[in-house]
Amino acid sequence: MIRITRKVEFSAAHFYHNPNFSAEENRRVFGKCNNPHGHGHNYVLEVTVAGEPDPETGMVLDLKELKDILQREVVERMDHRHLNYEVPELAGKIPTCENIAAVIWQLLDPQIKQGKLDRVRLYESPDLFADCVANGQAATGGHA
Amino acid sequence: MKISLSRRYRFAASHRLHNAKFTAEENRRLYGKCNSPYGHGHNYVVEVTLTGPVDPATGMIANLGELDPFVEREVVEVFDHKYLNEEVAEFQNRVPTTENVAREIFRRLKPFPAAHLERVRIEETSKNSFEFCG
Repeated sequence: MIRITRKVEFSAAHFYHNPNFSAEENRRVFGKCNNPHGHGHNYVLEVTVAGEPDPETGMVLDLKELKDILQREVVERMDHRHLNYEVPELAGKIPTCENIAAVIWQLLDPQIKQGKLDRVRLYESPDLFADCVANGQAATGGHA
Repeated sequence: MKISLSRRYRFAASHRLHNAKFTAEENRRLYGKCNSPYGHGHNYVVEVTLTGPVDPATGMIANLGELDPFVEREVVEVFDHKYLNEEVAEFQNRVPTTENVAREIFRRLKPFPAAHLERVRIEETSKNSFEFCG
């Protein structure tokens, strides 16, 4: 099996706020991330697809196709948007790295027709990232 | 699909790879430059990976407001700007290779109460890394 990975970046705003918490609880649980004016990140997304290379093309999945899928499903939805207000898939969820990565997995999984979606890694900053991996797949290390 | 959260921390420390059971010649042959008697140092990067349910109320596997001070206390304060061979108890009788450092850091972080410690991965330099999953 071969794994191929494509990287893409998007910039977005968010803040963390749970309407079921008091203002005090929100500040205590979410700290600076609770600032109602929001703040932003340059997110870096790495998407890995696993499979056997097609004997005719030598490719697991044409990286151009993966690039187009990432552009359509992720960048157009999230780039230069406010994740709390402008991404319906995140409505009602706190837009943490974990939740955004899970939404990206749900968006991409049905679009990958050749090979299988193996890992979604979303960096909020170089020092913080969430991984979604296929069931039964051990989380793999490695830093871009 | 399984979700994990990873956070990277840094510390700078010196060490010397030397085993008192070996002869001076054996130590030099085995550890090479790392056996230099005065020690040498690295900028270590510690990547901590946690798994567990994402709390729907917070959207989080673990709150960095809890994880950061825990790692700071258990690892950074213990290792940063120290000579590992002499100033970290674990390495007074164990060679402070990054394999052993990874295992010690895993042991120190395992009790983190809010999530499951899945992996500790350490970059000793930008060219090598070591992982321990328990």
